[in-house]
Formats: sequence, C-alpha cells, structure tokens
Amino acid sequence: MIEIKGLTKQFGKKPVVEDVTVTIEPGTITSFIGPNGAGKSTLLSMVSRLLEADTGEVLLDQNNVKKWKSSDFAKRVSILKQANYLNVRLTVRELVSFGRYPYSKGRLSAADEKFVDQAIEYMNLADMETKYLDELSGGQKQRAFIAMVIAQDTDYILLDEPLNNLDMKHSVQIMKILRKLVDELGKTVVIVLHDINFASVYSDRIVALKNGRLMKNGPTSEIINSDVLREIYDMDIPIQEQNGCRICVYFNSHT
Amino acid sequence: MRLWMLGIAAIVLSFISLFIGAIDITPKDLLNWESDETHIFLISRIPRLLAIILAGAGMSIAGLIMQSLSRNKFVSPTTAGTLDAAKLGILISMLFFTNVTYTQQVIFSFAFALAGTFLFMQILDRIKFKDVIFVPLIGIMYGNILSSITTFLGYEADLLQNLSSWLMGSFTLIIAGRYELLYVSIPAIILAYLYANKFTVAGMGEDFARNLGLSYKLVLNIGLVLVAVISTTVVLTVGVIPFLGLIVPNIVSLYLGDNLRKTIPHTAVLGIVFLLICDILGRLIIHPYEIPVNVTVAVIGSAIFLTMLLRGRAYAK
Repeated sequence: MIEIKGLTKQFGKKPVVEDVTVTIEPGTITSFIGPNGAGKSTLLSMVSRLLEADTGEVLLDQNNVKKWKSSDFAKRVSILKQANYLNVRLTVRELVSFGRYPYSKGRLSAADEKFVDQAIEYMNLADMETKYLDELSGGQKQRAFIAMVIAQDTDYILLDEPLNNLDMKHSVQIMKILRKLVDELGKTVVIVLHDINFASVYSDRIVALKNGRLMKNGPTSEIINSDVLREIYDMDIPIQEQNGCRICVYFNSHT
Repeated sequence: MRLWMLGIAAIVLSFISLFIGAIDITPKDLLNWESDETHIFLISRIPRLLAIILAGAGMSIAGLIMQSLSRNKFVSPTTAGTLDAAKLGILISMLFFTNVTYTQQVIFSFAFALAGTFLFMQILDRIKFKDVIFVPLIGIMYGNILSSITTFLGYEADLLQNLSSWLMGSFTLIIAGRYELLYVSIPAIILAYLYANKFTVAGMGEDFARNLGLSYKLVLNIGLVLVAVISTTVVLTVGVIPFLGLIVPNIVSLYLGDNLRKTIPHTAVLGIVFLLICDILGRLIIHPYEIPVNVTVAVIGSAIFLTMLLRGRAYAK
C-alpha cells in the first residue's frame, strides 16, 4: 500500500503541492485529475522519489520511500514520465529489456528474457521488436515504454500523462491495456490524466487536485458529478450516461 | 557492418602501418635481430602503432560516453572543452612548478580535464534550450574561452612554443619511452565497457535512470572521470585529434543504435581503423615526409561530419 501523508512541495516561494494526504488502494486504477498547475505531476514525482518532498512523507508498505534501497524500490514502483522526447536509438526489445535492469543489472537471465517476451507479447509489439524507437509512431513508442514498465514487473505503475500526443484510437488502446494490467495481473496503476472522460470511464478512484490542494478523493462515481466538478474546474459540466459510462460534456459549457 | 570485418580491416591496416615510413623495412629485415631495421621497428614503428590503436579506441569511446551522458550527438571531448581544459592544466602545471615533472603535468592535466568537463555538464544542466546544434556550439565557445586563457598565460610566460606542440595531434614523435602513458587508458576503456549498460540507462535521462534504480549522479561522475583519463593521456602523448570522438560514435550509432554494450566494441575498432587510415595517408602523401595526423583527420573528418550534418539532422534529434 502507498500512503501519502501531509505532502508539501514548494518551488521557490510558490507552493505547488500543499498538505496532500491520500492512500492509494491496491489493485485499482487511481487517476489524478485537476486543472493546469494543480500539482498532479509534482505529486506523482514525489511518490516515485524523483522529487523530494519539503514536508510530509510517502510510505510504501509502512516504510518511508526515502529509506528504500534504490534497486529494491525499482522492483516495487515504476514511473513513466512523458518519454516521447527521448532520442536514444534502441530497438523495442532493447528498451523493454532495460525494464529488467533492477533485477539483472543488464545481464539478462533466461527468466528475465521470459518477462521481456511476455511484456512484448502483452503490448502487441512482437512484430516490431527489432525496430528502432525512432522508426515508431507516437502510439507505438508509448506502447514500447509501457512494455518496459510491464517487464519491470512492479506492483505499482505510475504514469504521467501517458495519453499526451496520442490520437483517440491509441489513447483507448493504452487505457484498455492499463485496465487489463489491473484486472488480470493485479497491478496498481496511478495515472495523471488531462481528459476527464478517460478518468471517468477507466478509473476506479479519482484524486482531484486544485492549486496544490487535495479537493476530492473517492470512487469515480462520487467524483464524476456536476457539483463536484464545478468545484474543481470552475465550470458547469453536464454529465450524460452512455452505455453505463458517465461522460462529461464540457465542450460548450459556460466558463 | 560486422565486427569481424572491422577487425580484419584493423589488422591489415596495422600491418601496413608497421611497414611504411621514411626507412623501408621489409618483414625479411626483421629476421636479423641485430639490424638497424629491427631496431627502428621496435623503438618507432611498434610504439607508433600501439599509440594509434589506443588513441583511436580511447578518443572514440570517450566521445561515445559523452554523447550518451549529455544526450547530445554532437558533444565530444573536442566540442565540450575537455581537451582545452586539459591543455590549460598542462600550462598551469608549467607555471606552477619551475621544474615540472611528467607526473605533475599528468595530474594537473587530468584535474583540469575533469573539472572542465564537469563544468560543461553543469552548464548543460542549466540551459533550457537543448537543441542538438546549440549545445555543441556552447561547448565550442566554452572550449575557446579556456583556450584563449591558455594562450594568454602562455604568451605572458613565453611558453607559446611549448603549447603549440599539444595543439597538433601527431604520431611523428611517438617512440618507445614517450607514449607509455597511453596504457593508462586501457583500464579506462575496460571500465567503460563494464559500465556500458549503466551509461545507456543514464543516457535516457535522470528520471528514467532513477526509475530503474540506477544511481544516476554516480554513473555520470564515473563517466566523466573515464573521459578525463582517456583525454588526458591522449593529449599528453599524441596531442589533440579533432573529430574522432565526434564522428566515429555517430557512424556506429547510425547502423547499430545506441545500446552501448553493443556499440562500444564497434566504436573502438572503427576508431582504430579510421585513425590508422588517416595516419597512413599522412605518411604517404608527401613521403618520405609526414603530414601530422590531426590535419588528415580534420580534412577527412570534417567532410564526413558535414555530410552527417546535412543528411542526418533528423536522425540526431
């Protein structure tokens, strides 16, 4: 279990995250939503140790994440930040193999190779595993990075806006795969999302942030309603039910 | 390209390199252990070949490490101030001690090369605009600033004559007893290979590396130390060889990618082949005189570099 307790972070004098306390339920998809500058990515970075908090603590299995050994932590929690800028020429298979780095330090055992095979299979990348990353489209690249994280085989997978720059089809593909990771492999996924409808349709729980503060934290059904959303986004967002999914129709709302 | 093809090319070129020069030596002469030819072969030709091999492999690998760690295809010891800092170090050691020993020169040069490269990485960390071309331009300007300090101090202390000998990469003066420092780069090259995976991971950025549990700062610093060791040994024995650390890793990256575990052996051997060709050409063009290797490398290297720039901008991103 990951517990975030009273986390605060300032950049200069500006508080970006203020006194946020959230518990991440295992075996769920939890979406971080909120307007620009709400502190979602900063919060995710602190949970994954990429950033150090000013005050407060993050506990992984009751132990402060700061106390975990780097290589052990990397076997429990993985984070994928927006990675499309990467200009490293690796093949898909090489990249996915690096997901085993915390276990193998680069010398893959037969068991490691198996994890790599499975991850590639899982993300439908088998027919392009010898291609270089710079030959792939944005969606394929994103899938390759997620395959790497799957090969890393952590209980917790943290993703910072994985749908950025993806078209609708690829966004849906990625979200379905994340759902499968939770439902079939029992992973816990924490994801920063901009599109509130992806959060509504695919996540179990939603954490809403605004100006660095925690606004709401609860099951998706409690968050996706017009009253709550008005508080978060300062706009009237009508909600329509469609095939059991709640869709926010915000495109022509008053702002 | 396969590694064994490069290997065969390197062996053939090594053989050629051993048997050209101002004095004709044939393999038959070597049968006579007491002959002048054998003597020349042992104190001049073999050391020269070893120097070319170590400098070629070393500078190429140093460039590869720098490109990986800075995440920029056009950063190398000659475009990031490393060699200029090393030269400044040598000069400072000469100003500092009246009778400077070789060891003192080595230590100063190493310390400056390390500090100089480290400073460049710090600058790189702070600039927001990380364009492929912009970053090496900063590196070149930075190198020129260091170099102008060296020139000024050298002029004031009347040491300019001494300085110019390191400016010019040349194997002409390599004889037994004057190149052995290059052996120090062998452990550095081996370490570079052992750290290949770590450099590749670090080359994907700090966040990426830390996600995989890699101690990024440590790997970065080890990389910079290796680059400084290799650069120092080459500058002090051979001089500055431009372009080598820039184009060789880039050619390998084009056909083999950026997985250092895979590319380091290719980079090393291609570096050797390239430097051997340049040195052999330099010795043949105005035979029995020589053109220093930095001239042939600069001519051939700049042509290749220009081609890569014009055709490969998309690739370098």
